[in-house]
Amino acid sequence: MGSNWGDSRYRRHGSVWNLKDDGTMSENFADDLLGLADSLVAQAEPGEEIEVVLSRGTSTTVKVYNQSIESLTSADGSSGGIRVIRDGQLGFAHCGSTDEAVLRQTLAEARDNLRFAEPDEFNRLAEPDGVESVRQATWSDEVLSFPADKKIELAMALESKVLGLDDRIVSARSTSYSDGWGHSVMVSTAGIRIAERSSSCSIGTQPLSESDGETQIGFGYGVWLEPSQVDVDKVAAEAAERAVKLFGAKKPLSGRMPIILEPRLAMTLLGIVSGMLAGDTVVRGRSPFANRLGESIASPLLTLTDDPTRSESLGAAEFDGEGLACRPNPLIVKGDLNRFLYDTYTARRVGVAPTASAVRGVRSLPGVGAQLLVMEPGAGSLEELIAGVDQGLLVNSFSGLHSGVNAVSGDFSVGADGLMIRDGAIAEPVREITAASTIQRLLQNIVAVGGDFEWLPSGDGAATLVIEDVSIAGV
Amino acid sequence: MIEESIVKRVLAEAASTGADFAEVFAEDRRSSSALLDDGRIEELSSGRDRGAGIRVVVGESTGFAHTSDLSESGLLAAAATAAAAARASGSGQRSVDLSDGTHGVSNIRIAPYEVDKARKVELLVTANEVARSTGNSITQVSARYADSRRRILVANTDGLFSSDDQVRTMFSVSAVASGDTGMQTGRESVGRTIGFELFDEYDVSELAERAAQRALTKLAARPAPSGEVPVVIGPGGGGVMFHEACGHGLEADLVAKGASVFAGRLGDKVASELVTLVDDGTMAGEWGQFTIDDEGRPAQRNVLIQDGVLVDYMWDGLRARAEGRPSSGNGRRQSYRHLPMVRMTNTYLLGGTSTPEEILENTPDGVYIAHLGGGQVNTATGDFVFGMTEAYLIEGGRITEPLREGNLIGNGPAVLAAIDAVGNDFAMGSPGTCGKDGQGVPVGDGVPTLRVLSGLTIGGTAA
Repeated sequence: MGSNWGDSRYRRHGSVWNLKDDGTMSENFADDLLGLADSLVAQAEPGEEIEVVLSRGTSTTVKVYNQSIESLTSADGSSGGIRVIRDGQLGFAHCGSTDEAVLRQTLAEARDNLRFAEPDEFNRLAEPDGVESVRQATWSDEVLSFPADKKIELAMALESKVLGLDDRIVSARSTSYSDGWGHSVMVSTAGIRIAERSSSCSIGTQPLSESDGETQIGFGYGVWLEPSQVDVDKVAAEAAERAVKLFGAKKPLSGRMPIILEPRLAMTLLGIVSGMLAGDTVVRGRSPFANRLGESIASPLLTLTDDPTRSESLGAAEFDGEGLACRPNPLIVKGDLNRFLYDTYTARRVGVAPTASAVRGVRSLPGVGAQLLVMEPGAGSLEELIAGVDQGLLVNSFSGLHSGVNAVSGDFSVGADGLMIRDGAIAEPVREITAASTIQRLLQNIVAVGGDFEWLPSGDGAATLVIEDVSIAGV
Repeated sequence: MIEESIVKRVLAEAASTGADFAEVFAEDRRSSSALLDDGRIEELSSGRDRGAGIRVVVGESTGFAHTSDLSESGLLAAAATAAAAARASGSGQRSVDLSDGTHGVSNIRIAPYEVDKARKVELLVTANEVARSTGNSITQVSARYADSRRRILVANTDGLFSSDDQVRTMFSVSAVASGDTGMQTGRESVGRTIGFELFDEYDVSELAERAAQRALTKLAARPAPSGEVPVVIGPGGGGVMFHEACGHGLEADLVAKGASVFAGRLGDKVASELVTLVDDGTMAGEWGQFTIDDEGRPAQRNVLIQDGVLVDYMWDGLRARAEGRPSSGNGRRQSYRHLPMVRMTNTYLLGGTSTPEEILENTPDGVYIAHLGGGQVNTATGDFVFGMTEAYLIEGGRITEPLREGNLIGNGPAVLAAIDAVGNDFAMGSPGTCGKDGQGVPVGDGVPTLRVLSGLTIGGTAA
């Protein structure tokens, strides 16, 4: 279980029932985990709140190299996380098991931990708030029965495909197929009782290319619900294109110019922005947008919503990390800051309704964050957007995002490579450059949003962005 | 953790279908942490995770399975799965002899898991109070304490049977300062492969004050220049640059696949002759230290670059086996759920002869970086970046105004060649977590003061 709470066929109200997408009943896949969680929650003493999260899953990864199997990993795992609150004091403990004795120790450890936390009146578990969840299809039985030979075949096919697409591609550092499924349950004394399941599969490759003594590396990656949807050709084509497009790249002259970010990179930037709109950073005075609600913080061209209910996306989810039904949260509407994201704690502290924006893994406490970001598309294809730029940079990749972006000050300074744009057309490749601005200015300087909306492997939906006046440093 | 007789039967099962090599890696990890934020102790958290990963190698193929069930039946099932995954067909050895190998004992003086939680909380409270009292402009402080104990057991069909007990303790403080120019941040952290005696060596008040001071200093910072500049890096934190500029490129798994600019360059001059770079898993108490690596191989001190000449790469068991040479003790993994691969330990540049004062005086204009953030490298091209979290302008051979944060970019071989001064003031830097192919492991680094005359481009917004 990651930031997405996955699939659910079980509701907290009513009796145990599981509906398949075709409306028929399926087996109650997580009754054992629910029973275990129920028994732990039942141990709550008067005045004590307990929340138990349990998960289990299986994953397989095949890596191939030079048309032979490099490794085949097969793994089963389970884990548990227990949160206890008493008199506003919070304790947490986690374990890598769903063994009952281990979970009882984990509960005892969480109780012990809470004695040292300072009381906070807003520390209470999430209570169901009447918002109905939207059913999502994030489960397919196909992953369970997909044979190992077929998994190997897909990885081999991807490697041979990408090697055959361009003479300059000499090998692929790593090519893989992965799949997995998981069950998770959450039960609490506050009335949350849900079970969810999810499955997915993915392929990826990193081709190496050589020309005139220069080596370049590309990458391609895709995620699907079930193996029959895997698109080898698409991933291979993306990876091959990235592996050969920067041959002969040089450092450009320094200057201020517009940059064009393809949907994937546009979402990288907006993902950082969404972190700056998370309630915990806002209430703790770490967001430069803290006092800007209702004000213009971005170009009027930008509308950004966190909406895990979007069924078209693989990232769609029914519940957040505290068990509340997911709901759409418009963050930036035509450039105006419309809303922050809140979990139960931060919403209570600010005195607003929760936005069901708790994100968590089993082994950590819930935090606040976006779950499925969607940009509203504008107009124009990538070619049309390029044609509108006199001199600029079509970015191929950013590096150092973790070290070069400060979400508190907004300072933005990252490594980059890409293709120069001159007179509205793609010109020479460039590398070893930095791109610098501030997050605040980048948002205001958006001059175009493309009509080329796409759903990314991350689950987010994005379109190309054109941002002007960015400092590009080369020579 | 697991009885020797069970380990033998599990290895025999793993190797029974004709493996060239089989291995059991068992791990029992306990961790605890405490977090102070927004003026109060927010949470105490603790975790326990144990399990085993079983690896079976047939030719160039590896089969791997892991389980949290350390019972004999659980381990045998994982062994059978790993053997099937390795796709061996045939029969192999039915019994395995184990000889007693290295058994690491942690030399901690104060076991952190026996220290009262109240004492850990006290450290956080002190850090908060000191950081807030450093200046009126400090508006937010968070502090985190964490310790972990990782016991591992490694056994394989070569007869190895070794174990280690690794205890790590760390502490960090982050401060936010607010002023007319917006908000700025400062962070300090210490972490060592030792116990709670960490706090006899380090005073959390000093750490808190430095973190707060760093944030306050940056309130007055001006935008960094942009373009190529001479860079002087202060002692300690600059090791991140070597980690990215060449460390990853010297990992034998990347080299073997031609994914490194340093492939095929053994014996070549790849850096200025002032550069002697060492990766050393034996450095007592350092963040990347251990007694045995995660393949059971004793930690080693490995000279990678000697006086500018590339001497050797770093090796794990798999790559070493393929090339018929010993591993260099660099086979590491995040947990029993992961396959080992070539990883750095403590990577550092040996000290030189210049004094830091000389180096600065001989730099008319440039940038002085007192503290680095993280970094990233494209090993295929050698292009790398690293962040600066505390930096100043150098004007007329003197450190002058503070600069805002930013990244620097360069190309590994070009930057290594452009190092034209190395100081005599070696120091280790802050504890780091190195990420590679989705696995994080603790690493240390260190450098003396050094100068990179050319080849580094700074990403500022100043015109």
